[in-house]
Amino acid sequence: MSVESIAPGGASHELVQLRPAGRASLDAFIALLARDVYVIRKTFSMFLLRTVMQPLLTVFVFTYVFPKVGQGIGGRQGEAAFSTLFLPGAIATACIFQGIQAVALPLVQEFGYTREIDDRVLAPLPVWGVALGKIASGAVQAVLAGVVVFPLAKFIPATPVRLDFNWPLLLTIGPLVCFTGAALGLAIGTRADTRQVPLIFSVIVVPMTFLGATYYPWARLTPIAWLKYLVLVNPLVYMSEGLRASLTGIPHMSLLAIYVALVGFGAVLAYLGISGFRKRVIS
Amino acid sequence: MGTVTNATAAGAAGAVIRTEGLTKIYPGGLTAVDHLDLTVERGEIFGLLGPNGAGKTTTVGMLTTRVLPTSGAASVGGVDVIAEPARAKQVIGVVPQTNTLDRSLDVRENLEWHGRYFGMSARAARQAADRLLEQFRLADRATADTLALSGGMAQRLMVARAILHRPQVLFLDEPTAGLDPQSRLALWEILGELHADGQTILLTTHYMEEADQLCERVAIMDHGHILALDTPAGLKRSVGADTVVRVTAAGDLEALADLLKSKIDGATGAQVGDGLVRLYLRGAQGALPKVISAADAAGFTVHDLSVTEPTLETVFISLTGKDLRD
Repeated sequence: MSVESIAPGGASHELVQLRPAGRASLDAFIALLARDVYVIRKTFSMFLLRTVMQPLLTVFVFTYVFPKVGQGIGGRQGEAAFSTLFLPGAIATACIFQGIQAVALPLVQEFGYTREIDDRVLAPLPVWGVALGKIASGAVQAVLAGVVVFPLAKFIPATPVRLDFNWPLLLTIGPLVCFTGAALGLAIGTRADTRQVPLIFSVIVVPMTFLGATYYPWARLTPIAWLKYLVLVNPLVYMSEGLRASLTGIPHMSLLAIYVALVGFGAVLAYLGISGFRKRVIS
Repeated sequence: MGTVTNATAAGAAGAVIRTEGLTKIYPGGLTAVDHLDLTVERGEIFGLLGPNGAGKTTTVGMLTTRVLPTSGAASVGGVDVIAEPARAKQVIGVVPQTNTLDRSLDVRENLEWHGRYFGMSARAARQAADRLLEQFRLADRATADTLALSGGMAQRLMVARAILHRPQVLFLDEPTAGLDPQSRLALWEILGELHADGQTILLTTHYMEEADQLCERVAIMDHGHILALDTPAGLKRSVGADTVVRVTAAGDLEALADLLKSKIDGATGAQVGDGLVRLYLRGAQGALPKVISAADAAGFTVHDLSVTEPTLETVFISLTGKDLRD
């Protein structure tokens, strides 16, 4: 990846040799992503804290405290199943949080007052490539978050978690879930300004997580038909259901619906995010 | 434009920035830059001088792919910046008005990662970073947090970062705005060194001293147009005067200006602005007493008189009738 003509230490002024745009763009994309991974490593304790606290508490309260104090969700029977059905929901929620925390909030800051983004946009790749890099970086952090949350959701619950790995599903749905979470973050981050940050949580994150088939399988909403169909606009529903299908034997919505919805939401959110990004950095 | 020549023709003299009819009209109808034709030669240090809102930053924005032109053509280093922005970014280095350093990285890492974005190997980027830290007197701050840097140091680091990938053109937008005088001098020195090393530099400024001291050629901009373009000396000569007398007086200043222009030998012009009269003189010796007596005889009370040589500010005032600071 080194370029011969960039000769450090050269006294006279040598100019950079133009590299093919595709190659330069790919190098820049990889380097931008590597920079993000480097920063996560450098500040890993912060990453861990912001990733772990929310799921740790929900998992702890819902699957440890409640059963112990006799307030188990779904009665005695449901209690045992709850820990298992909640694990995929907890991971999906962590991915959404990651999209907000790793992509949206930093972007709001960068667009608002640091304007660091102005420099990143000058890297030799198309602007949409820089935006896609934000999604990729968010997705990597969502994978990490999933990996971090998994043991919490597996080992904290008072009742046993029965896992049933379906690897082909996990390896296809997992990346889609992470991509969608990060794309959501980009779409929000490019459209919100600093003053709207509190709204991001109250208007988007909280409703999404409570109505995202996280604490119950989507099919169980049948008694409340209007809600059952209303929540279909929430991408977290398909993320939770998809991970439920990948990790547990609990009944879930049709796989076709899950794939179509995740690809669709991922594409639409990525489009919104990338076009929003362009609008913010190019005038 | 269309002719995209190979940018590897390094060293060969010739235009490195070229714009034709470059225009930017912002949504809402503000014409920031109006049919700009500009050519900057390789190795030149070129200044865009003008007040805030003259269109300097928009011009730099268009040349650095950040602002999409409404019409016209622009190329940098032979690359069409409108058709191939991603490719153009390889040949430009930019120091923007605001501090855009990466807050998550320390000083050296800011340089290293910049090199990586531009395709350098980790080792090459590190070497280049260390060399620039020395050159820009930042070596003892290599591991400092960027937030801990003074304004002058942050600006030096941004310049170092902008040239690390050896761009064909270094763009600086108001590089010394907000810097203390000492940091300003230090930056001028650095830019002078880079220029001596063959770096093509385009900078915008609203400080006439900066344009005068630093630039080989200066384009004076206002309202999106270039009003005059020449060497600083040439611009000052264009005023057609070797002395400017500023006359502060009470009464009808227009009438006073006309009076002085006709009564004082060697007067080449007179202009009213900022509540005073500027009288341009050439080859006029001992003009001050004559100015006072002429004004006195016509019933004007002169409160203050000052004599200066023409500056770029004089040029700007003679072109627009207003002060650069307005």
